[in-house]
Amino acid sequence: MCCQYILLLLLLGVSGGVSAVEVQRPRGVPLSKRQFYEEDKPFTCLDGSRNIPFDRVNDDYCDCQDGSDEPGTAACPNGSFHCTNAGFRPGFIPSSRINDGICDCCDTTDEYNSGAACQNTCRELGRKERESLQKMAEIAKEGFLLKQQLIQEAKRGLEDKKAKYADVQLSKNEFEKRVEALRTVKETAEQPEKEAKERHLKAWEGKLGCESISPSTVCTEHYITDSIVSLINIFLARLSCLDATYNSSTQTNSLMITRNNSEGAVMQSELFCCSVMLVKEDYILDLLSVCRNLEKEISFDFGPTAEFAYLYSQCYELTSSEYIYRLCPFNRVSQKPKYGGSETNLGTWGQWAGPEDNPYSIMKYEHGTGCWQGPNRSTTIKLTCGKETVLTSTSEPSRCEYLMEFTSPAVCQEPSSLDSVLHEHEEL
Amino acid sequence: MAPVLVLWLAVCLSVTWAVDRGNFKTCDQSAFCKRQRALKPAESPYRALLETMELTNTRLTLQLINDNNKVRLLLELYRLQGNMTRVKINELKPLKPRYEVPDVLIREPPTEPLSLLSQDENGVVLSLGAESQRVIVSARPFRLDIMEGRDVLMSLNSRGLLAFEHLRMQEEEKVEDGMWEETFKSHSDSKPNGPSAVSLDFSLPGVEHVYGIPEHADTLRLKTTDNGDPYRLYNLDVFQYELYNPMALYGAVPVMLAHNAQRTTGIFWLNAAETWVDISSNTAGKTVFGKMLDYVQGSSETPQTDVRWISESGIIDVFIMLGPTPNDVFSQYASLTGTQSFPPLAAVGYHQCRWNYNDQEDVTSVDAGFDEHDIPYDYIWLDIEHTDGKRYFTWDPHKFATPKEMLQGLMDKKRKMVAIVDPHIKVDSNYKIHNEIRSRGFYIKNKDGGDYEGWCWPGSAGYPDFTRADMREWWASMFAYDQYEGSMENLYTWNDMNEPSVFNGPEVTMHKDAVHGAWEHRDVHNLYGFYVQMATAEGLIQRSGGVERPFVLTRAFFAGSQRYGAVWTGDNAAEWEHLKISIPMCLSLGLVGISFCGADVGGFFKSPSTELLVRWYQTGAYQPFFRAHAHLDTPRREPWLFGPENTALIREAVRQRYALLPYWYQQFYHAHRTGQPIMRPLWVEYPQDPATFALDDEFLIGRDLLVHPVTEEGARGVTAYLPGKGEVWFDVQTFQKHNGAQNLYIPVTMSSIPVFQRGGSIIPKKIRVRRASSCMMHDPYTLYVALNPQRTAEGKLYIDDGHTFNYEKKEFIHRRLSFTNNILSSVNLAPDAQFTTQSWIERIVILGASKPSTVTLKTADGKESQLEFDFDASMSVLTLRKPGMNAGVDWNVMLQ
Repeated sequence: MCCQYILLLLLLGVSGGVSAVEVQRPRGVPLSKRQFYEEDKPFTCLDGSRNIPFDRVNDDYCDCQDGSDEPGTAACPNGSFHCTNAGFRPGFIPSSRINDGICDCCDTTDEYNSGAACQNTCRELGRKERESLQKMAEIAKEGFLLKQQLIQEAKRGLEDKKAKYADVQLSKNEFEKRVEALRTVKETAEQPEKEAKERHLKAWEGKLGCESISPSTVCTEHYITDSIVSLINIFLARLSCLDATYNSSTQTNSLMITRNNSEGAVMQSELFCCSVMLVKEDYILDLLSVCRNLEKEISFDFGPTAEFAYLYSQCYELTSSEYIYRLCPFNRVSQKPKYGGSETNLGTWGQWAGPEDNPYSIMKYEHGTGCWQGPNRSTTIKLTCGKETVLTSTSEPSRCEYLMEFTSPAVCQEPSSLDSVLHEHEEL
Repeated sequence: MAPVLVLWLAVCLSVTWAVDRGNFKTCDQSAFCKRQRALKPAESPYRALLETMELTNTRLTLQLINDNNKVRLLLELYRLQGNMTRVKINELKPLKPRYEVPDVLIREPPTEPLSLLSQDENGVVLSLGAESQRVIVSARPFRLDIMEGRDVLMSLNSRGLLAFEHLRMQEEEKVEDGMWEETFKSHSDSKPNGPSAVSLDFSLPGVEHVYGIPEHADTLRLKTTDNGDPYRLYNLDVFQYELYNPMALYGAVPVMLAHNAQRTTGIFWLNAAETWVDISSNTAGKTVFGKMLDYVQGSSETPQTDVRWISESGIIDVFIMLGPTPNDVFSQYASLTGTQSFPPLAAVGYHQCRWNYNDQEDVTSVDAGFDEHDIPYDYIWLDIEHTDGKRYFTWDPHKFATPKEMLQGLMDKKRKMVAIVDPHIKVDSNYKIHNEIRSRGFYIKNKDGGDYEGWCWPGSAGYPDFTRADMREWWASMFAYDQYEGSMENLYTWNDMNEPSVFNGPEVTMHKDAVHGAWEHRDVHNLYGFYVQMATAEGLIQRSGGVERPFVLTRAFFAGSQRYGAVWTGDNAAEWEHLKISIPMCLSLGLVGISFCGADVGGFFKSPSTELLVRWYQTGAYQPFFRAHAHLDTPRREPWLFGPENTALIREAVRQRYALLPYWYQQFYHAHRTGQPIMRPLWVEYPQDPATFALDDEFLIGRDLLVHPVTEEGARGVTAYLPGKGEVWFDVQTFQKHNGAQNLYIPVTMSSIPVFQRGGSIIPKKIRVRRASSCMMHDPYTLYVALNPQRTAEGKLYIDDGHTFNYEKKEFIHRRLSFTNNILSSVNLAPDAQFTTQSWIERIVILGASKPSTVTLKTADGKESQLEFDFDASMSVLTLRKPGMNAGVDWNVMLQ
């Protein structure tokens, strides 16, 4: 209707100085589309659907299905309006926000005919944004350095674990071999026993069979890693067969398998063999679980460079007016009343749940304690870049669905990429 | 097989999530209902004493005597202006006064003269003025018959069920169980006045369809109650209510409409005590074939519906509205209890609610979410958690520390807020409101004279006596900006729990022997919520010095509640059946004057599937009160949380609502002026078409839009009945034309909302949908002219400032738009009114048009100009481009 054109004063921030450029184009058109709006030619809707005389561009009537003929009025329900926002970030707003009495563009250009008293706040916004971006950049810079250390640590940790894993694997194989050999021995030994059993059934029952095996051939020089030693100790301790055969506590103590590298393995090998025979299933299972835990930790998704590995087996707390919240990354989230009361599980580790382009920005913890008439409790953790690893806020947007914010250097991006963001903002 | 099935059903039902029926009385558990229902139709013991008859210019009085106990009653009969008859029966000399409902009638109804036509020892015949209407008073036994010509329209006490339990001394007579004391579960009702029930039967010859008496979660057409409980009217907070049964719910409007192809009548039983309504019919249970057989054999008795009303106390005060058209009944009822209040335009927009938006930050982010996803809304709501410890009129000091800042933020976006104010008041000597009410003696008293205390959200709570005018006045003054701290002009109010809800009371409500001054709670129960909303609305009016229209939502209601704001159907559930029932529930409310009705979009309890949520938005967008709400324990469900596809579907539904706001607003204005419902059953507009009589899966908005929302899970199509022989309907999306008087199958997708514009109508829209309704104030109109087969159409356009009472001072634009002889014109309907608008006509879309060669616009100043147009021959749609005239002036457009 009024003024189809506007003169745009484009303030380009050029190193120290400011130069003004006048660019004529219909209201609401971004520079990038200026070439489609040529005054002396019929206008072709940007979707190509029809041609209209140019005086129908911004005439406050929607002629194009795609809204492209009314970039500067509210006439098209699906149109958009470009704010130049010199001094800040340019942007688009839905054309329904043109002249609706509410200031949307910081350069006030969306309210050219509504009587709304808008102030140009672009410079102020730009300044604030730059400040906060700078601050963020500083944090990011330091955070990123820390992140490098975390990556190195994670790398070392991973190597350690891999070595240990290989170790355990070896032991496992070894052990399986031994057990196999033992079985053979036992079976061989059992053969005459079996025959004897038929003859002296009662006597057999009393002996339980261990003594007749010749274990020394099996168990001497057995090399066992620390973890396996301790495991076997645990198993031995709970062997009921031992109590049946040797019932004094001194004997039980002497059952403990010890490792002595210089002297070689000193063991009650006979008993060991007996117990191995009895517990090998359990033992193998537990050995497998040690393997699995190591495998899990080794293959765990701690981020592209394992930068989140340092959070494993750590816990972080935040105290609100009512509760103490506790986040143990990759494990669980819980909540405990400040002044006594039992702990509530707010979810156990589920998965990384950030958007496709940044999956490591959100953690999801699920299947916590159930809610009356509601879902099981669950928690979403939003991660942001920070120098320190801190749980910064918690809320419950809907009942039993928690949202926490968590800062960590592991999230920090390389500062150079931030610099480019900063620069982008200054462009038009 | 049958017992197995029953067992199977019983097992299923017992695990089904539903109301705990044991918390609420059946008729059998309500002593007076049981007593009264034990009376069977028989010869009435009542006799009219004709010698006591007095006939003045305005009324007839006559004594009735009960031959069994010799107690005399006084009958008063009035002929009221507008084709109504009022029948009042009270004890001639009651031991103490019996309660008569005040404040519901907007004035003492003006009378018309009655004249005596004939009289003998058997009775008298009175003329009811025009149209050869007479009332016959028969003496022995007493009965009343209202006749028109030779037809009986309605008979009273024809089945002899008039019963009037006179007030008595306890020693006086034989005492039946439950007369002087009654217990229910652990609650005892002391009944110091003894039995006091009243009952009367009405016979409706020729009637097979009766409607109304909300609120029940049941079909539009009321069912017969012979095989179960009567419909109950007793305002109750029913947790997780069940569908398709006659149990009482949050509100009560004791008004029933009776309809057949010839006539519509109504019965308004003005009694605020617990009431039960029995319905029986001589055709109930007959199959269509059986009816046809009767017809062929000529053996059919006239179909007849018999209705019986039973109330616990008070008097019989009945208004018989004689129609004869549905609209006549609406205006008759409106002349008694008033019309729908005219809400601010914004309140007709979309409301975003949840129990609860947790804090100011939450409010800000939800508000921003609407902008980010480009979905319009007008009001964001705060439930009970916003208060400081459930102390209404206060704010949680941590979560809502700076309410004005929050309200200002919304105001900057031209949006508003509603905060809840419930009538239960926390008993806490540090709470100003409590201290004031206590010191002024405004609380309801218990039977022993102390302040009544019950358990509600805040814990122990008192209940202000809203039946007192001085209490209401004080309450209203609490909404003043200097009293209600943190309030601003864009803060409005929601009255919940006003049945009243008392968690530890009998049936989750107040003890009937609680005391309101001279009366028992028993007498006034169903009025409590009505008064709460009345006082609140008055408060909002007063705070603006009488300038601004209030907006108050209430859960409990009574006859007349339409004058004070909006009503919603309470705590429904996220289930498809609940979506379906929202239609008959709101239709029933509309029939009895309460037009501003809606159901919680999405369902309050439980979590809706995404499909259900989308369908509910699509349905809610076409119901008068459009608010999403959700229980505290449910996951968040703001419209953008279900993926971009569903966000787009919801956005589109809400945008359709906003585009239609001019039409909606005009419907509200019309309802405010006439009492006609906004959301209407089809039979109201097609009263002679029996195919429409029981339809409640579709409805009309005003006369011109027919909506058949998709309410079935996984629907591929719906079958809509398009009424009107010789009429046409246009699909508002495709502009496809369909003939009336047919069942039309419409294939649907997730984006479909089947809506049809009546051929012969003109609907104004604003298709520049913005983020809130007031942003659209100055926007131009698009007129949709749908031609009927006679190539004519008519519609209206109403414009005012959208929020003040200035329309009462004639500051509005009201125009008739009509299309005849190829000329579309705008004529002033209110030449004495004055208002100007910046809005103009940007587009005219004529459906069912033929292609003109020229189109000429002529404005009031005589100027003529040619309009450009576009003709779509495949759909016969003519679009006139940018005529540009102001919406408030005279003009015409000629097609040649």
